[in-house]
Amino acid sequence: MSKSQQSPCPECGYEIAVAADTVKGEILQCGDCGMELEVINIEPLEVAPAPEEEEDWGE
Amino acid sequence: MLGILLSRVRVEEKLLLAAFKSRRTPVEIIDDRQIVFNLQERNWQGFHGILERCINHSRALYALRIFSDWGIPTVNCYEVALVCGNKLETTSALVRNGVPVPRCRVAFTPESALEAIEELGYPVVLKPAVGSWGRLLSKVNDRDAAETILEHKEVLGSYHHSIFYIQEYIDKPARDIRSFVVGDETVAAIYRHSDHWITNTARGGRVENCPVTSEINALSLAAAEAVGGGIVAVDLLETRDGQLLANEVNYTMEFRNSIDITGVDIPGAIVDYFIRVTAGKRDEHV
Repeated sequence: MSKSQQSPCPECGYEIAVAADTVKGEILQCGDCGMELEVINIEPLEVAPAPEEEEDWGE
Repeated sequence: MLGILLSRVRVEEKLLLAAFKSRRTPVEIIDDRQIVFNLQERNWQGFHGILERCINHSRALYALRIFSDWGIPTVNCYEVALVCGNKLETTSALVRNGVPVPRCRVAFTPESALEAIEELGYPVVLKPAVGSWGRLLSKVNDRDAAETILEHKEVLGSYHHSIFYIQEYIDKPARDIRSFVVGDETVAAIYRHSDHWITNTARGGRVENCPVTSEINALSLAAAEAVGGGIVAVDLLETRDGQLLANEVNYTMEFRNSIDITGVDIPGAIVDYFIRVTAGKRDEHV
């Protein structure tokens, strides 16, 4: 995948660019508004707000 | 085929995927949000090992139960998740195996919990039996706070918040110790410093390398063995008189902040262990 792929942050519209080794399901942070995002598709690149923390999340 | 069961790809999972890649070992990502298990059919038999990395304890636990029933080796195994995912189960296992822990009481009503708190002496720590990252921990300094928190837990919480897990508060030196156990080795340890009594890195605790002394190693391995072994992170508390106590054991450990500081390739150690323990099953498939 090319590094030039971009997708807008669903919160603030900032164009999110990802590294070549990015995988589906990866969690990113918007470089502008700081929102936590999940990569839901690679080609074409799509990001969505990451799931909210649930009660049984953890280690 | 090897699989990695996950909820989302965090820094830890990226590092694990990179470790598999560098070992030229293919691994299939299994997203727990997309799974449907048919309990009457033993499918998934193409997998000879699954590394569990779910962020949801319940999903991890039930998936591991099913994989275990189907004879698919997992790291960690169902029993370890069952014990480590619940603080009451963890403490019971540690006590059963003679591992030193803070004094602990369990009660089922606010009245009996208050009695237990008063008997332990203030301050005490109330913890939900299931939970992580320091969420909903309460340091209770006096009877007024105890009565308030117990009432809130009973009225506002779901039923399992009325299983009262009460622990003696350890006056630790503004830090705790987290050790990383992989199989029969304590591969690394860190200090987690914080001015707050909760030292979790998820809550902003600062990390520093902690040399793995023979005492830390012995207690870490004993705690790991008590919960069933595998790959676990053990939280240790230092008392003012120099004793070490096992506090909690985590079965899907986070390690992103501990690699550079310790100089230990923790994801590499995890993947090597996983490949090693599942090799027997792979050979059956050949």
